[in-house]
Amino acid sequence: MASLRSHRTRRSPQYAALEAFQRILIYLTLLSLGTAILLPFLWTLSSSLKPFGTGITFPPEFIPKRFEWQNYLKVFQTIPFFGYLRNSVVVTGLSLVGELVSCTLVAYAFARLRFPGSNVLFIVLLGTMMIPYPVTMVPTFILFNSLKWVNTYLPLVIPPFFAPAYNVFLLRQFFLTINHELDEAAEVDGASKFRIYWQIILPLAKPALATVAIFSFMYYWNDFMGPLIYLSDSEKFTLSLGINFLRSMRGGDDLSMQMAASIMFVAPCILLFFVAQRYIVQGIVTTGLKG
Amino acid sequence: MASTQASLPKPIGSGRGKLRMTNRRREAVWAYLFLSPWILGFLIFLIGPMIASIYFSFTEYKVVKPPVWIGLANYTRMFGDDLFYHSLKVTVTYTLFSVPLSIVAGLFVAILLNQDVKLSGLFRTIFYLPSVISGVAIAIVFAWIFNFRFGILNYFLSLVGVQGPNWLGHPRWTLWAFVLMSLWGVGGNVVIFLAALQGVPIVLYEAAEIDGANNWRRFWRITLPMISPAILFVLIQGVIGTFQTFTQSYIMTGGGPANSTLFYLLYLYRNAFSWFEMGYASALAWVLFIIILILTLVMLKTSNQWVYYETAGEGRE
Repeated sequence: MASLRSHRTRRSPQYAALEAFQRILIYLTLLSLGTAILLPFLWTLSSSLKPFGTGITFPPEFIPKRFEWQNYLKVFQTIPFFGYLRNSVVVTGLSLVGELVSCTLVAYAFARLRFPGSNVLFIVLLGTMMIPYPVTMVPTFILFNSLKWVNTYLPLVIPPFFAPAYNVFLLRQFFLTINHELDEAAEVDGASKFRIYWQIILPLAKPALATVAIFSFMYYWNDFMGPLIYLSDSEKFTLSLGINFLRSMRGGDDLSMQMAASIMFVAPCILLFFVAQRYIVQGIVTTGLKG
Repeated sequence: MASTQASLPKPIGSGRGKLRMTNRRREAVWAYLFLSPWILGFLIFLIGPMIASIYFSFTEYKVVKPPVWIGLANYTRMFGDDLFYHSLKVTVTYTLFSVPLSIVAGLFVAILLNQDVKLSGLFRTIFYLPSVISGVAIAIVFAWIFNFRFGILNYFLSLVGVQGPNWLGHPRWTLWAFVLMSLWGVGGNVVIFLAALQGVPIVLYEAAEIDGANNWRRFWRITLPMISPAILFVLIQGVIGTFQTFTQSYIMTGGGPANSTLFYLLYLYRNAFSWFEMGYASALAWVLFIIILILTLVMLKTSNQWVYYETAGEGRE
């Protein structure tokens, strides 16, 4: 259905009324669905500010009578929040650097260089995107276990340095759109392949790099299963394990504090989303449609 | 520094013909150098583990002792393992409801947003927002939203006179709660479908309008075929994703009550990391892989029946 406004032919009053009615219906539906989507966010925020015990009331209280900022402080007193935050920043940061470096190198080769077996290797790359994580989960754990890497961050931050296929694919698609004349001109001037990658392709690919960086940040920040498998000392936990730790410690009581911890945990992703929304949308569309 | 840089290119030019001969090879060497992180990762973190995983699946391996070859015993064990069947049933049931509903809901919202709606950007933002949040936070928040007595979902149901069920406490309702939760994250599909809808050439609609096709007919005859590649993509991604559901059930219900949310991956995880049945877990992982592979191939094979690719457009680029 294209826009309803493209009806320029029929202009009877009845038709105009029908169209106005249709538009009101569309807005009402969107508004109510949008509210339903936003409600859990608002509910979490309001719950995080409720005084102890008043979270559990029926009917629920949507705006707390008194804002209890203490809930946030209580999180810091109950779990080593800043330690977890630091762990999350370290794991996410290193993984991000690893992905950006390795994926851009590999994507450059696939997009720009001629070499024997390029088609076969590219098909292999696409094939690896289909292999579900659980298939390699057990043997990879055994590998890292035999290296004595379990309960360190190495199993989490080393694999990203080996070019995860999904982001290679995304970057390759973008590199293909960069004008060839630029690297050909640089080549005539005697620039090496590495220099072309570093000084021409990377600067021109900043939007794609931003997209990959944002997706990777959100992936590693939110990752639960990886840290769950590899980290056992509670002081080594990342934030995602940390807030689950808080939940399992507190069970059903003091939900306000759990909500406050959740808010602080998701805040970076939400902020990033608002700042960098267009890159995210671009990335989804690139991998989802041009693939 | 400047002098060394200036003199660098000269020694290479020892012979014009030789240089041209080696250019190809030089490029290939560069290429493999650039590819090396991926090739190494492919061998160390993919092919190696996959081969090891096949081997482990034929052994009894409890980590503390070396693996013992037991042939097909892990695979035959599955036939008699009620929890294997059960976890598969839970996962398939969830997939059968969650994926199609997410496609229909995503398409519905995308179509609404594509009607020249004011603030459509803002709406798109709102719908996508849940997708940037982690499984852990979602699980913690929704565990409360679904709370039988104090949750807001049952509160809203009570406003319209419905006594809400014990969403996470009764085996009949848990999967429905999970499906509802997955619909909350429909925004990813909305973004993909909206982009696909915006890519449908207006000319087609104009031509259809001249031919007197109504909205409904235009939707079935133009919109759906034109965006069918996007639907296929979302379908395949959705199925692959739902077959790997883990975090929600691990945190919100721990697989319960009465194993009603014992998803396949949760069962696999328990075998591997709670009971250290690495051999059986490997066999379970391979069965999961083969199921996903078969489903994906079936979806791709049957897709030529309903997915429309605009081949005429290829020449234009």
